[in-house]
Amino acid sequence: MNKTLLIFRHEFLHTIKRKGFIIMTLIVPVLALLAIGVLQLIATAEKPPVVETTTIGYVDEAGGFNQYTTQGNMELVRFDTTDDATAALINGDIPEYFVIPPDYISSGVINRYTLEKEVETPPLITTVIKNFLTSNLLSDKVPPETVYRIEAPLDLVVTRLTETGEVATEQGGYGNVIIPGIFSFLLAFSLMFSSSYMVQGLGDEKESRLIEVLLSSVSTRQLLIGKVLGLGSAGLVQVVIWLASAPLLLRLASSSFGGFISTIQLPANFIVLGIVYFVLGYLLFAALSAGTGAISPNAREGQQLSLIYTMLVFVPIWFSSLLFIFPNSPIWVVLTIFPVTAPMAAMLRLGVSDIAAWQLVVSIAVLVLSIIGVLFLAIRAFRVYLLMYGKRPNWGEIIRSLRSG
Amino acid sequence: MHAAEVSHIAKSFADKVAVDDLSFSVAPGEMFGLIGPNGAGKTTTIRMMMDIIKPDSGEVTIFGEKLGEATKNRLGYLPEERGLYKKLSVLESIIYLASLKGMDRKSATEKANELLNQTGMLDSQRKKIEELSKGMGQIIQFIVTIIHDPQLVILDEPFAGLDPVNTELLKGMFADLRNQGKAVILSTHQMNQVEELCDRILMINNGHTVLYGNLSEIKARYRGNSVLLSVKGELGEIPGVTAKRPRKGYTELILDGKTTPQQVLTHLVSRGMVINRFEVATPSLNEIFLKEAGKKS
Repeated sequence: MNKTLLIFRHEFLHTIKRKGFIIMTLIVPVLALLAIGVLQLIATAEKPPVVETTTIGYVDEAGGFNQYTTQGNMELVRFDTTDDATAALINGDIPEYFVIPPDYISSGVINRYTLEKEVETPPLITTVIKNFLTSNLLSDKVPPETVYRIEAPLDLVVTRLTETGEVATEQGGYGNVIIPGIFSFLLAFSLMFSSSYMVQGLGDEKESRLIEVLLSSVSTRQLLIGKVLGLGSAGLVQVVIWLASAPLLLRLASSSFGGFISTIQLPANFIVLGIVYFVLGYLLFAALSAGTGAISPNAREGQQLSLIYTMLVFVPIWFSSLLFIFPNSPIWVVLTIFPVTAPMAAMLRLGVSDIAAWQLVVSIAVLVLSIIGVLFLAIRAFRVYLLMYGKRPNWGEIIRSLRSG
Repeated sequence: MHAAEVSHIAKSFADKVAVDDLSFSVAPGEMFGLIGPNGAGKTTTIRMMMDIIKPDSGEVTIFGEKLGEATKNRLGYLPEERGLYKKLSVLESIIYLASLKGMDRKSATEKANELLNQTGMLDSQRKKIEELSKGMGQIIQFIVTIIHDPQLVILDEPFAGLDPVNTELLKGMFADLRNQGKAVILSTHQMNQVEELCDRILMINNGHTVLYGNLSEIKARYRGNSVLLSVKGELGEIPGVTAKRPRKGYTELILDGKTTPQQVLTHLVSRGMVINRFEVATPSLNEIFLKEAGKKS
C-alpha cells in the first residue's frame, strides 16, 4: 500500500477512535433525541391547561367604561370607590386594580395599584387595560368588528416569490436559520477540537522522537498529507452522521410537537454546501495545525500558537445577530471569502439569505488554494524546524527558512 | 558495495560546529561502533545519514544511492530517545510502523509474534504502550527497528536505561544481526559497551575524527609494554622488568623496550611459579580516548 495511504488510514482510525471525537459526533443526535423525548414526556404528562380567569379591579371615575369587561382570560370587575377596591386588594380578592380618573380623556393617565414589586407593568396587563379602554371608547362609534380590528390591526403573512413570479419553495424565516446556525456552531467547536488534537499529536511525536522513526520510513510530504487527509476524512464522517440524523430528528420532532419545530427546514443546497464547507474547513485547519506543529517545539507552545486561528473561527458566530439585521453588509462578503472564517460564515448566511454564486465560487476557490498553500508551506517548514526541540524560531527565521526551504 | 558511505560531511548550527569533515564507511556483515563522549556529534551524524537533517556539505549514500523510499525500507533506525504511540497496543504499534517499512499486515504480525516470543514479551502484545515499563518499551522499539529485516541497522545509544538482563538480550540480538550479514552501526558514549561487540570503530570528539579503523588493530597500536600478573608466593627478580606496581589483587610489571611479554612468561614458568593470572595489558577504549582527546586539546 502507498505510504501516504497507510498514514492516512492510521490517522483516520486513530482520530475516529478518540473519545473526544466519538462524544462530539454522537452527542449532537443523542442530545437532540433526549430533548425530543423529554419534551414529549412533558407534553403527554401535561394536562390540557385549565383556563384560569384572573380578576382585576377598576374604578371608573370618568364614567362610561362598563362594557368589554372580559378580555381573554382576564375578568375586569368594577368598584364604586377606590376605598372599596383597596379593601378588596388587601383582602386578596383581586391582585390589583386601576383607576380611570375623571380627566382621563384629556390626560390619558391611568393609575394602577398592586401589592407586587415590579420593574414595570407586565405587558399582558398593559394590553388588557389598553384593549379595555379602546373598546369602551369606540363602542358606540364603530361596529364591533372594527373595534376588534383596531385592537389587532395586522397579521403579517409574507410570501417569497421566485423571479418567475411563482411561490418559492424556500420561504425563509427563523425556521431556516436554526439548522445552519447549530451546524456552524458545531463546526466551529469541531474544528477547534481537531486542530488541538492535530497539534497535540505532532507535538507528542516530536517530543517522543517518534517522528524520527516515522521519517526514517516516509517523507515529510507523505507524513503531513496523510495526516491532513486523515483528519479531513474524520470530519467528513462527523458531518455525514450529523446531516443524516438531522432530517430524521426533525420529522420525529415536528410530528411530536408541530408548531414552530415543523417550520424548521434545511435550506436548499445546504446539504451539499454544508458538506463541502465542512470538509474544506477540516482540511484547512488540519493543514494550519500541521504548520503550527511544524514550527512549535512542543505540544504546549503549539496549542498557544493555534489559538490565533481557532479564535477566528468564532468571529462569524459572534456577529451572527448582526447578520439578521444587515444580511447584505460587505463584512459578510469578506468573512465568506476569508478562508479561516469562510465555512462558518457561509453556513450562517445560507440560512438567512441567499449567497451570490460568484461569492460561493470565490470563497471555495480561496479555501482550496489556501489548503494547498498552507500544506506546501507546512511541509517546507516541517523539516527545518523538526529538530529544533525546545526552541521556538522567531518570525525572521521562519520566513528565511521558508525561502531557502 | 558499502552498506553506508559517508564522505566529508559537515554541519554547523547557529552557535557551533557539530560535525566537521567526517568520512567513514560501513560494510555488510560488520558491527561498526560510532563512539565518542556526549555532544561529540554522533546523533547529528546519524540524523544526516537518515536524511532528517541536511549536511552543509559532503555526501551520504546508503547502498550506493541517496536515501529514498526504496532505501528507507532497507534500513532500521533506533533513535536516541524513544517513544511510541502511548494509546496503541504493542502489536498494533509494531504492525503500523512495520507497514510503513513496506511490510504487509500478515507477515508483520507473524514476525512480530516471533520477535515478541524471542524477547519474552508475547504476553504483553495486547497491552497499551503506556502500560509498559521503560525497558520493555525499549525492547518493543528495538523490535520495530529490525522487524522488516533491514540490511542496515542504526542504533543510537541502544543500552541507555536498560538493566543488565535486557542489555545482554540486546547484545545477543545485535550479534545475530551481524551473523546474518547485516551492517550494524552502534552509536554510544559507553565505549566499554562496544569493545566486545564491534569490528571497526569511528571515534569522534567535538565533531572531528579521533580514531577510525579496525578495533583490534587500534588496540594493538595502543598496547603498552606492561603485563598484569598474579602469582602464588614471592615474585623475586625478573629480567627485563623495570618496575613493579602493586595493584588490587595483581601486580603490573613494566617491561623495558626490548623484552616481550612472552619472554617474561617463559621465565616465570621456568622458575616453576604457580600463575593465577597473566595478561598483556591492553588499554580500554576509554583510556585510548582519554589519551587521544588529551593530545588534541
